[in-house]
Amino acid sequence: MSLVNCPDCQQLFRELDEYIDSVKGNTGVLINVLHKAQEIFGYLSEELQQHVSEKLDIPLSQVYGVVTFYNFFSMKPKGKNQIKVCLGTACYVKGADKILERLQDELSVEMNEPTSDGLFSIHAVRCLGACSMAPVVLVGEDDYFGRVTPDEVSKILGKYRRAD
Amino acid sequence: MSKPITVLVSIDSNSLLLGARHFKNYLSTLTENYNLNSIVEILETGSFGDYGRGVLFLVLPDNVMYSVKSEADIEMLVMEHLLKGRRVEELIVTDFDSAARVEATETTKEERIVLRNAGSIDPRNLEEYIALDGYQGLAKALRLTPEDVIEELKKSNLRGRGGAGFPTGLKWEFTQRVESDEKYVICNADEGEPGTFKDRLIMEGDPHSVIEGMIIAGYAVGASKGYIYIRGEYFESVASLRGAISKAYEYGLLGQSILGTNFSFDLSVRLGAGAYVCGEETALIESIEGKSGRPRLKPPYPPVSGLYGKPTVVNNVETFACIPPIIDKGASWFKSIGTASSPGTKVYSLCGDLVKRGIVEVPMGTSVRDLVQKYGGGVPNGRTLKMIQTGGAAGSFIKPEEMDAQLDFDSFKKYGASLGSGVILAIDDTHCAVDIARNLMEFFAHESCGKCAPCREGTHVIVHILDELSKGRGTSEMLNQLYDISETMEESSFCGLGQSVPVPLRSILDRFKDEFLAHVNSPQCPVGACKFEKSTKKKR
Repeated sequence: MSLVNCPDCQQLFRELDEYIDSVKGNTGVLINVLHKAQEIFGYLSEELQQHVSEKLDIPLSQVYGVVTFYNFFSMKPKGKNQIKVCLGTACYVKGADKILERLQDELSVEMNEPTSDGLFSIHAVRCLGACSMAPVVLVGEDDYFGRVTPDEVSKILGKYRRAD
Repeated sequence: MSKPITVLVSIDSNSLLLGARHFKNYLSTLTENYNLNSIVEILETGSFGDYGRGVLFLVLPDNVMYSVKSEADIEMLVMEHLLKGRRVEELIVTDFDSAARVEATETTKEERIVLRNAGSIDPRNLEEYIALDGYQGLAKALRLTPEDVIEELKKSNLRGRGGAGFPTGLKWEFTQRVESDEKYVICNADEGEPGTFKDRLIMEGDPHSVIEGMIIAGYAVGASKGYIYIRGEYFESVASLRGAISKAYEYGLLGQSILGTNFSFDLSVRLGAGAYVCGEETALIESIEGKSGRPRLKPPYPPVSGLYGKPTVVNNVETFACIPPIIDKGASWFKSIGTASSPGTKVYSLCGDLVKRGIVEVPMGTSVRDLVQKYGGGVPNGRTLKMIQTGGAAGSFIKPEEMDAQLDFDSFKKYGASLGSGVILAIDDTHCAVDIARNLMEFFAHESCGKCAPCREGTHVIVHILDELSKGRGTSEMLNQLYDISETMEESSFCGLGQSVPVPLRSILDRFKDEFLAHVNSPQCPVGACKFEKSTKKKR
């Protein structure tokens, strides 16, 4: 995320700084701050990590180490609607791999990369804790789709295309 | 006076995720808008025992069951049925037979301690929890000395529900005995075990049971601060716990001078960020400290040196939820349920190829057969059961003829079936053992934290071998290598993650040796799940 072509960034950084100031001084806040930063900016760019490092007075190497250690954090932009396909054992047994295949076909996009219109990105995740509804697809934070069949994939995508 | 129409909304682990509570609230709003609230009562209830058909709304006394999938469905239900008395045929669940349903629930009766309230109370309403003896355990604990609380817990023989089964009372005693200016209580809510979704139901269905258990722990061991470490992906659970914590502060159950005593305890939520290894307690502690979650060398164990080097109790969500009723009703009550060595109940996540997938809570010692056939309803679509993985990703695979194994903490020794995190994953005969093993091992390769070589390298070599086998490029020598790597990993991995990878691997290799060999010797996968790339097949 370059500051030059991001007119809203000033505002976004202010929002992040407000949060950092509210927790600064407490111990072990780095992960919570990164959660907040990703929530605000969508992903954790190098610049953003640099900023967090300076504000929290934690070496950049440590910030980078934490960002790359955890699956949840991303250094690349994601689609507006992140489609998470659970590949946990229970979902795999119920054919999650076929859902993933169909999604990639429909959107013709690589894993973890946003589509050219920026509307979607596909992510394989491990166990969303909804195994009774396997196979499970989660769009965004709380749109769960359970017992999904490959043929339902285009219907799910259509819902978000219309909403756009 | 009761109202002429009652609408029951099923609230269970499935329906919650499908938006049951949102639909219920929308129904309340609409009935209010249409001035129906004097004649329509809306009540939440537990699972109707019917799975996979959306959120179920039962309209009484008409006894009509609707399956709701959207707000529009709710609007139809209100406009047509409630306002005009016309049944909305397209939403009706036709083959629902409430009489048969009641009978079925009698034979599959659960014993609920942990899930005592989940599905029957509004989790956001602290008064409902209190009305059902909530915070009675805490009130009683505060009248006892910390030593007496621990003594009661030791007598109950409660063993940690996270998988290892360590006696909770002992863990607390170790922590209590260490002198320190500060101690901590941590709830391990980093539920990331594939196939496990029980903690989520507890946290979303009855958050105060966990909070109460943690406050009691704080009092018993002398800690004044607690953290709930929860998966960042569990958005609902995070919201539920945060809401419940602020309510508890409001009512003086957290903070300074709890219930008028001089005991103080603060509690906050810390988010995990997607790392399976953080379920390991020392890795979890590292993560709470804001670092990468790599495990520490043990000993010292957390009761001696945990968070920020201070004595720390780490227990699982389900363990904490067991505490309040044990203190409230006493150790002998708890011991009357379950088996002698593993008293109490266990919450199971039933998943995979089962008719009824979901959460059940039954006494310790229930057999795998009962869980699969009685509670899980057996295998659907006329298929045959091929194997069952018990205990989670690191649990063992067993064959159908071994299903009489009774699950408790010692069952692994007797039957090779692990209790672990309480997963019962049924797999039917359309699946290939090699393919299942490969998917599972990819999980471990991905989640290995990279700290020690046996786990980091071992998991990758295992995946490579299984990949070759599934493409028809395997050799029989490779099967021996899998056993060799298993031995190395078991003996020399740094933490429980690497040490336990051999459990599922060896159990599936042992039981499906013929199928693995067929991938070496036959021209195709016996089940047809793996696609062989014949051109590069090497014969040895």
